[in-house]
Amino acid sequence: MSLFVREIPCQELVELVTAYFDGSLSRSERRRFRAHIRGCDHCTTYVEQMREVIEATGTLTEEDIDPVAREELMEAFRGWKAGR
Amino acid sequence: MTESSDKDLVERLRAGDEAAFAELIDRYGAMMLRVAQMYVRDRATAEEVVQETWLAVLNGIDRFEGRSSLKTWLFRILTNRAKTRGEREGRMVPFSSLAGADEGDQPAVDPDRFLGPDSRAPGAWAAPPRAWPQDKLLERETLGVIRMAIEELPEAQREVIRLRDIEGWTPMEVTDALEITDGNQRVLLHRARSKVRAALEMYFDPDLAGGAP
Repeated sequence: MSLFVREIPCQELVELVTAYFDGSLSRSERRRFRAHIRGCDHCTTYVEQMREVIEATGTLTEEDIDPVAREELMEAFRGWKAGR
Repeated sequence: MTESSDKDLVERLRAGDEAAFAELIDRYGAMMLRVAQMYVRDRATAEEVVQETWLAVLNGIDRFEGRSSLKTWLFRILTNRAKTRGEREGRMVPFSSLAGADEGDQPAVDPDRFLGPDSRAPGAWAAPPRAWPQDKLLERETLGVIRMAIEELPEAQREVIRLRDIEGWTPMEVTDALEITDGNQRVLLHRARSKVRAALEMYFDPDLAGGAP
């Protein structure tokens, strides 16, 4: 391991958050990411906010299927069933 | 409400069980229409694509072996059909310009919020984020801000954040269904989440977010 592991600047760290959450950073990137977070309150806050964004977005619900379209699909199903 | 398993649903569909079909369209129908709409010109065409997809699913149900999940199989058929239709219409495929040619290079955070190259610590926060009030995060008004921010995203970003963060799909399910690479779905998701975060910051901390003169 190099003695001169390059530190990730804050501006770069904010671009790695999604990859970090998805577990798709390389081992060395992940290590540097964590090391940075440990020493940087601002980035800790930033990462926490990204977690909060995901959590809050997760409480939203999608709209339901349009009832007319739904009925058409049910008709299509009955047609399929009859012809089976 | 408990969700039936794929195996159970497939068996019931094969037996012609209408309730099983209803469960599936209630679960995926709205999302399928949204995805189809990314590829084709208008809503009517998207509805046709969705309908064709369901027929293809029903007609192929006897051959479904469960090697992929029902959801993945369903959306793969949908995407293929929607793509073909879109190409015939001469419409640009939304994911073709992925590296962001249409949107330029979009940083997650305004570069003015960081120290410049000539400073003592280039790239360190100059205007750092401040923790948000925890008790307000899930308030109706906050969720409205998020919903609005998602509505305003470019469509590829919008659909990916919907699938990943609202519908709770895994990265692999998204890449399979939309036929994009893992890297692409992540870039889209990252941009989308970053913009939603920026919108929330604007809401909670307007002087900070609007910091650039």
